[in-house]
Amino acid sequence: MQPAVVAAKDTVPDLVEIALSAQAVSAWYGSKLAIRDINLDFIRNSITALMGPSGCGKTTFLRCLNRIHESALDARTAGKVLLAGTNIYDADVNPVVTRRRIGMVFQRPNPFPTMSILENVTSGPRYTGMTNEPRELADLAEEALRRAALFDEVKDKLRDPALSLSGGQQQRLCIARALAVKPEVLLMDEPTSALDPLSTLKIEELMEHLAADFTVVIVTHNLQQAARVSHFTAFMLGDADRVGSVVEFAPTGEIFTHPKDSRTEDYITGRFG
Amino acid sequence: MIADSRLAPRRRLGGTAGILLTGFCSALAAGLLIVILGYVAIQGWGAINPAFVTQLPHPVGVPDGGVGNGIVGTIIIVAIAAVIAVPIGVLTGLYLAVYGRGLSAELIRFLAEVLSGVPSIAIGLFAYTICVKPFAHFSAFSASFAFAVLMLPLMIRTSEEAIRGVPTSIREGALALGLPDYGGVVHVVLPAARPLIVTGLLLAIARVTGETAPLLFTAFGSQFWELNPANPMAVLALQIFTYAISPYDDWHRQAWGGALLLILAVLVLNVGARLALGRHGKKS
Repeated sequence: MQPAVVAAKDTVPDLVEIALSAQAVSAWYGSKLAIRDINLDFIRNSITALMGPSGCGKTTFLRCLNRIHESALDARTAGKVLLAGTNIYDADVNPVVTRRRIGMVFQRPNPFPTMSILENVTSGPRYTGMTNEPRELADLAEEALRRAALFDEVKDKLRDPALSLSGGQQQRLCIARALAVKPEVLLMDEPTSALDPLSTLKIEELMEHLAADFTVVIVTHNLQQAARVSHFTAFMLGDADRVGSVVEFAPTGEIFTHPKDSRTEDYITGRFG
Repeated sequence: MIADSRLAPRRRLGGTAGILLTGFCSALAAGLLIVILGYVAIQGWGAINPAFVTQLPHPVGVPDGGVGNGIVGTIIIVAIAAVIAVPIGVLTGLYLAVYGRGLSAELIRFLAEVLSGVPSIAIGLFAYTICVKPFAHFSAFSASFAFAVLMLPLMIRTSEEAIRGVPTSIREGALALGLPDYGGVVHVVLPAARPLIVTGLLLAIARVTGETAPLLFTAFGSQFWELNPANPMAVLALQIFTYAISPYDDWHRQAWGGALLLILAVLVLNVGARLALGRHGKKS
């Protein structure tokens, strides 16, 4: 079988500044340890892919980065996540405010079902108290929809129900909704796994532009996607007890051409996963 | 094949008999309902005319007269009951669906279930004890209180189910945007749950609209256009009761008319609930 390397990015941003840093992050569901002791730095304005087979804890780890993991029943986290130097798990840090700075896009499009396209995009700025000014909201919405490469498709039907859009459009709407609160970091949990190839392509294309303004972390079990869109790749794997950890982290070009760990090599050459 | 060919005819006979029996019972049940509805319709139809739904009751012997005040009273009492039961029911449902864990949630669920089985006359007696006796005065409000207690278990259950039915991904979407907990609930979760909550409300209203027992010693009834909930008030179900046990033919006729009105109202509420549900079903 051919190595699954497509067009690995080897351009790494020149300016290296750490936007988000995970330090010894572990997470539990009840008494079940899901990920162990993950250390990972995310460079500002870069796209980092968390890659690995199903069940290796990549989504769990992603959900620790904006403290949404803890909203599940019995879920628990240990370790530090530094956002611009501040640990978001410090006792005096409000998780609600943190989540405004670290946006998230989910595996399945989840537009708010009772709202219009416009209301979906403006819901963040409105209900987080950013602004209530209709003019400002409209501007924010247009900017966010343009960044999500959706504006031209919906500009004449902003008042239509969000659910009238196709699946791919709904996912871009969710990206626009996340961008409208102007986060610093954008977490994407397998954002194209529920979409057709054409919609996937559109989202991968817009991701290139996102890195200019945001730090992006994307979970994917799709090798080609990691190779196509990311600057850095972290390869994760679950051990015998299904506890996930990071096996290897490197610039994407390197990990796809000269993996240092044999398990990484096995995965990208398609020997398992 | 395991089947013994000699047994087959007997088995087939037994099966046929079983099917016939279930079919007969179903036909009996459906037939009984149709007979009741038809009988009420035939008996009540003649009594219903514009005067019947707009006028006050007339004394015995005076022709015409209606149950207009009872219709208005029913609407007022049920409306006040809904105003009491909806916020308590929805918030309790929200607690059970989102925040309630462990023993306290189980206990509330259990109590709501028990409450839904308490006979309505007992709840009427309770309303009488705390809303009528201390004031030495029957009132529409005390009836609303009793109705609210009757509606509460249904509102709690349907609200909990409606809110639980909102996908976690929608709730997390609000959370991930940095909406505070209540913001997500108010702007995202409750609107998404609203069609089902409205359905539950309509069913709860349908459930209490025909209740009569708790009214006997709460709303008490009235011969006048009474709009003040602090006073005794006419209620349709109560008027049916009074007219039905009277010895007068004309009042019997009016009792049937009132019964038909009640059935129609409950029918409309049930159909409305189904429509609300159907719209919701198509949307998601």
